[in-house]
Parts: sequence; C-alpha cells; structure tokens
Amino acid sequence: MNIVVCLKQVLDPEIPARDFKINKERREAERGSANLVTSIFCANALETALQFRDIHGGKITVLTYGTVAAEDVLRKAIALKADDAVLVLNDQSSSPDPLQVASVLAAAIKKIDAVNLILVGRESADWGAGQTGGLVAEILGLPCLAFVDHIDLVDGSLRIRRQTETGRDVYMATPPIVLTITNDDHNLPRVPKTKDVMLSSRKPITKWSLTDLGIEPTPGYLKVAELGIPEKNTMCEFVDGETLDDKVATLARKIADVIQG
Amino acid sequence: MQDVLCVWFGSSGFDRSAEGLLGAGQRIAATTKGKLHSLVLGKGDNGSRAAAIADSVQIADQLSLDAYSPEEALAVITSVAKSLSPGAVLFANDAYSQELAPRLAYRLGGSAIGDAADVVAEGDILKVTRSVYGGKAVAVYHLERRPSVAWIRARAQAAATPRSTQAEIKHIATSADPNAATRLLERQTEAHEGVRLEDARWIISGGRGLGGPEPFEQLKELADTIGAQVAASRAACDAGWVPPSWQVGQTGKRVAPDLYLAVAISGASQHLIGIADAKVVAAINTDQHAPIFKHCQFGIVEDYKKVVSLLKEKLQALKG
Repeated sequence: MNIVVCLKQVLDPEIPARDFKINKERREAERGSANLVTSIFCANALETALQFRDIHGGKITVLTYGTVAAEDVLRKAIALKADDAVLVLNDQSSSPDPLQVASVLAAAIKKIDAVNLILVGRESADWGAGQTGGLVAEILGLPCLAFVDHIDLVDGSLRIRRQTETGRDVYMATPPIVLTITNDDHNLPRVPKTKDVMLSSRKPITKWSLTDLGIEPTPGYLKVAELGIPEKNTMCEFVDGETLDDKVATLARKIADVIQG
Repeated sequence: MQDVLCVWFGSSGFDRSAEGLLGAGQRIAATTKGKLHSLVLGKGDNGSRAAAIADSVQIADQLSLDAYSPEEALAVITSVAKSLSPGAVLFANDAYSQELAPRLAYRLGGSAIGDAADVVAEGDILKVTRSVYGGKAVAVYHLERRPSVAWIRARAQAAATPRSTQAEIKHIATSADPNAATRLLERQTEAHEGVRLEDARWIISGGRGLGGPEPFEQLKELADTIGAQVAASRAACDAGWVPPSWQVGQTGKRVAPDLYLAVAISGASQHLIGIADAKVVAAINTDQHAPIFKHCQFGIVEDYKKVVSLLKEKLQALKG
C-alpha cells in the first residue's frame, strides 16, 4: 500500500490564552514566541499510517504545504521512519483557504503517483475548517470517510473504523480512498528515538513549487472578514457562606434552580 | 442568496438538532425572502414536523442507514440540491453531516464552512461565526461562492416557529449502488450509559484535578441524583482514567447542556470550545483564578473532595 499522510504545521495550540495575540490587519494569529508544531490530528494520522505499515508493510510519504519552516514537520516524520517527504513551498498566502490547500495537496498526490491511501487530520489545530480530506477526495475523484481511528487490511480491502456520535462505524472500503483521522487511545503519536532524530536531518526532502505542480490561484472560496479574541464578561458568582456546609447548600440550590428551569 | 435547503439524517427523528437546524434555516430564509426546503436522509423522521415549518419536504427513505455509504448519500443530496438551486445549504454538526458538507459544496461549485455558532445572510453573502485557534479567537467568515454550505451547531439554535398549514411531503426514489466504494459493515454502539453527551441536558464533568479514575465514581453518584451524564476533560481522558468517548472539548465532543458542572477542570480554551453552547456553566475548583471561572455563572472555590458528597446529600434533600 502506498500511503500519503498530509501534515500541517501550526502555531503551538497549547500556548496560554494570555500569550495569544492577533494581527488584525492580516486577520491571523501573531507568531509571537509560540513554537511551530505538527497539528495534533495530523500526528494521529501519521501514527495510524505507521501502525498500518508495521503490520501490513507499504510505503509512507509525508506531504506538507507550507513555508520553508514547515520542513520541520517532515523531519519529525522522517525521524518516526516515514519513507519519503515532500514539501510544497507556499510563497503566496500565509493562511490559504481550504480549497487552495486541497488543490495543492491533490496536485502533489497526483505527482507522487500510484497512491492507494491518503490520510489527513480531521481538522487543523489553528483554523480547524475540517475540509481538507473531503476536498482532496473530490478533486481526485476518490471516496472519503471522516473521523477514522483505525485501519486494517482484510483480503485486499480496507476495514475502516470511524467515530460517530453514538459509537463507532466499521466500513469495508476499496482503495484508493481518502480518510480523515481523529484521535483515539490507540493512535497517540509515538516518540522518535534520539538516533533517528539525528539521522532525520540527512534525509533528502523533495521540494516542489506551485509552478512545478501547475497550480493556478483559485478564485475566492472563503474569506475571514473579522477575527477577534472573545471578551468574556461572565461574572462568576462565587457561593458564599460561613461554613462549608452553607456554601455547598447554596451551590445545591443554584444547581436545583437551573435543573428545575 | 435566495432559497435555503436544510439536510439532516432521520435516524434520531425530529430531535433537538433538527429543530435548531430548521430554526436557523427559517431565519435565513426570512432574511433572504426565499423558500425553505428540507431533505431528510434515511428512515426515522416522517417529515410531519418539518412540513409545518418548511415550504417543501423531501424524504429519501430508501437510502439505507444500516448499510450506509457516504457516496450514496452525497449523490442524493447533490441531485436534490441541483434541482432546487438553493443559495444556502445547512447541515447539523454530526459526524455524517460534517463528512458530506465540504464535498457537496465542491460538487455544486459552492463554498463550505462549519462548526458555525451563528449563521446569517446579509445581502448576497452568508456569514458564519465560529471559533478558531482552539477557541482562543472567533472569526466571521464570508462564504464567497453559491451555494454556501454550512454545518452548524444546531442544538444551540432556537427552534423554528411552525405554521398551521402543512407542506406536501414527497418521498424520493434512490437506488443503492452495489459497487459503492465504501459500505457500512457494522455499527458499534458506545457503552455510555443513558443519553448521549451531545443530547444531555445536564452534565457533570471531571478534569485533571481529580487525580485518578476513582473520583469519577463519586461524580457518577452525584450525577445520578440529578439524572445528569458524566463527562471529562482531555487531561482526564489522556490519563486513561475514563474512555476517550467521555471527552468534551476541541478534540472531543461539543455539548450543549442546560447545566455544565466542571469539577477540577481548569478551563483550557480547547475545553471551553466544547462547552460554548452550554446555557449555564458552574465549577468546583480550588483555584479562584482558574480560567473556567471566567465562563461560569456560579461556582465554588473549594477542594472537590470536600464538596462532591456533601453536594449530593444537599441535592437529594432538595429533591425531597
């Protein structure tokens, strides 16, 4: 199985809210002192691919569309033993819309050739539009399943488990297919060996420009018209009382009031 | 922007999500002075409630949800949308709808965005307000293509106002594709007792501060006294104290209860994004400056160990 895992580099979502700043003009987050990291569901997607390869073999190509700095997410994936890495250099827009991203990734996947399985994260940790998988599938004319947390191979068909509101659905699917990956107990990203991290810097990375892929700028799809940090004005009423018993009694009454509507 | 098409799965009947979805659709159609159309996928909702709200109701009840294939569902919606040419197509934010919406937009040459907290039509543009950057910021998106496809946090939307007249309910024929590339084999229902978290009216949720799996037993007992469901923060799920399906937040479930009681949860923005639609948030936390209190209507600054069982007694007493 030839697997492509799409990875996105994002500002570390774990930075404290007080350090999070917005550039009003560009309508995106300021880099500030935040680290750049692999978006979590992308890391889950890579882990899912690695586990699949551990059992069934195959080749994993990691693919990202980003700035030169995004090479780092590919190096990290190589340290985890991804076979090949492709960087499509973004020299156009710092926050491309989902259709632009999907068009670029789809064109790169076509160029990688003979791909059977395409894995992307369910949504990114920054904009979280959650459309890359579906749009890549449409552009390539492939089927798609979302919120997948486990993939197996049974008699040449894929057995795919995905999460829904009520539990899990298990599908049989014929590759090639696009899957969006969500997190689960079983696909927490593994940690690379120190030796492999050091070796990862030696591995060549394929770099393509948008011109190499023959990408034309897409007309408007989405526009972020406003971006702001929400002001929270909720005044929390801390329950008061002489004793703990008094305080909890007040808390209980407030809860009962809400429940009784 | 003219007509609005609302699409939902009939399997859970005309539930709170369908109510909110049609509510949002009705409000947009009123602004655009367009018609409100509805399409129910699969069996389970006979369309009668929708018929008192929408101008047209179509039910694709031959579409199998037991052998569900997203490719088949997508073909049905695409065909209905092409015949109606709506300016906007709205979905709820369940997994199936989220999976289909961007693909539908692509097939129709439209734009899509989802997880909408609010959606309004202004002139020819659909504007969608949603959380971004893990809940740290809020963005207003303009959808630049028609139709504008959005999946919305339907449970948090006000229900529609029904009329006295009923629209005609049309059953549409669909044919199963035996060669569909994906086919549902089995559906494993989660062993979460009681109501689904997404549907729960009252939720008691535990976080890292609980320190282990045992205190969740106490939360369960407390929850049982008021018929609430128990949930957890990412930290508690990651630690393996409770199953991942209990997780509320950006990488977990988005809930919309009347009451969300956060116990020993600090309130990271990725958690808050999951409770943005809760009507009342309350918290028990030792740290008065914990971010969760900025989102609470009321709370208590105390160690949960001292509060939980006492609170259970008090609530039992109030119940009489």
